[in-house]
Amino acid sequence: MAGPGQNEIVIDLHDTQLRDVNATLQSLNGTGEGRQYRLLNPGGAHALACGLDAPARIIIEGHAGYYCAGMNKQALVEINGNAGQGVGENMMSGQVRVHGDTSQSAGATAHGGLLVIEGNAAARCGISLKGGDIVVKGNVGHMSMFMAQAGRLVVLGDTGEALGDSIYEARIYLRGRADSLGADCVEKPLEDCHREELSELLALAGCDGTGTDGFRRYGSARELYNFRIGNVGQY
Amino acid sequence: MCGIVGLFLKNRDLESRLGSMFAPMLIEMTDRGPDSAGVAIYRQHDDGKTRITAFSPDPEMDWGQLVGKIRARTGQDVEFVRNDTHCVIITDAPPSDVESIFEAECDGMQVMSVGRRMEIYKETGLPDDVVSRFGIGRMAGSHAVGHTRMATESAVTTAGSHPFSTGTDVCLVHNGSLSNHNRLRERLERHEGMQFRTENDTEVAAAFITSRLGAGQSLHDALESCTEELDGFYTFVAGTSDGFAVLRDPIACKPAVLAETGEYVAFGSEYRALASLPGIDEARVWEPEPAIVYSWGIE
Repeated sequence: MAGPGQNEIVIDLHDTQLRDVNATLQSLNGTGEGRQYRLLNPGGAHALACGLDAPARIIIEGHAGYYCAGMNKQALVEINGNAGQGVGENMMSGQVRVHGDTSQSAGATAHGGLLVIEGNAAARCGISLKGGDIVVKGNVGHMSMFMAQAGRLVVLGDTGEALGDSIYEARIYLRGRADSLGADCVEKPLEDCHREELSELLALAGCDGTGTDGFRRYGSARELYNFRIGNVGQY
Repeated sequence: MCGIVGLFLKNRDLESRLGSMFAPMLIEMTDRGPDSAGVAIYRQHDDGKTRITAFSPDPEMDWGQLVGKIRARTGQDVEFVRNDTHCVIITDAPPSDVESIFEAECDGMQVMSVGRRMEIYKETGLPDDVVSRFGIGRMAGSHAVGHTRMATESAVTTAGSHPFSTGTDVCLVHNGSLSNHNRLRERLERHEGMQFRTENDTEVAAAFITSRLGAGQSLHDALESCTEELDGFYTFVAGTSDGFAVLRDPIACKPAVLAETGEYVAFGSEYRALASLPGIDEARVWEPEPAIVYSWGIE
């Protein structure tokens, strides 16, 4: 390992086993402020930079496989390429930034943190989201935000079918058009408080100059079985 | 689970390297399918002769003697190239005549493929071993598709391995499972007289594509017909003598990645299968959209 900068450590996955790379990053265990790791030749490896709990910056130079930066806490993980299924899944805090496209289930079940996708996300983006935020600058695929419970998804492009199916209290901001809305997902008014949080998310994602005009808000109509108080007596 | 890969060369100067580019892609998918592996490879043969790739479970199989019988009974020239458990029989005799001689003479013998350009090799065992046994890495050709199998619904056998072929120079590999294959098999048998060698759902899909091609559809249109007629989970990679196509089911149950450069089009269940290809860093890499057919052809 050697790095061009004082605080940068370069790891080449051609020379270093994936498990050793992850063990090195996981061993930071709360430390690593101001430190930067640059991972070369990821070659689509799975579970890269997952399970981190450290305020370090990890830069992946190439395409990552499944579950990249899964369970992330504190770290900033940047992917200069595409990411496979489940990028940033179950993230708790920190930030994951993908400079290419992502496969399906990006940000699945994330409890916190911010996932920014510069390209397109495939199906089921933000599925079962539990409090994290996702900003996608391109399009997202079908069934995005399926059963999302909390957190926010911002999409600058369009979405596939069944957006927000069976959504709970999560919020969706969409600038393009949805092929269709899922069960119990409806358009809701974009109030000032929503414009405010949307502006913040756009700024955090680096969408300079993107205003909130043209966005629509979507969320739960709260009409499915679980929302009916009369059904409480069933148990 | 299962893994599928495909490689279609746009630059014909690369044809001598097809096998060496393709073999690592298949081996990389071992984690997705360690039980068996198979390859359909389109060679450059242009002698117009039919090639029947046959498999015999008998390691002592005397292919020379069998070929002698085919010569005697059909009155046609017959050559053969043995390759491990498989043998490519090259002849002008009608494939159905050759196949009936197989049935009469040899227990357990199976026809893997019939075509002027396509040969199919498949075996049980780790993909690395299967690739070595058949010398896939040394083969030349214009395109190839491959499959690594993790058997879930049927036994680990050579016949149950992919790719499947039900028509001349047509092959299919499949990741997923179909739910309406029994009804469709019945329909193809009854109304189109198609014959099936296994109980496998993928063979039915291959037969459906063959039937559509026979009705005059292009490979692209035949795969579009699949989205209307097939129910279930599927990512397909299909080949014909001059075509290569990819299709995912409408809900995109199974993974897929495509890469394209000026030199080739490559398909993998996962990106890592493509990572060893030359020039991949400059390739356009994308996830094929559900229910959209992607196809390429030899000009």
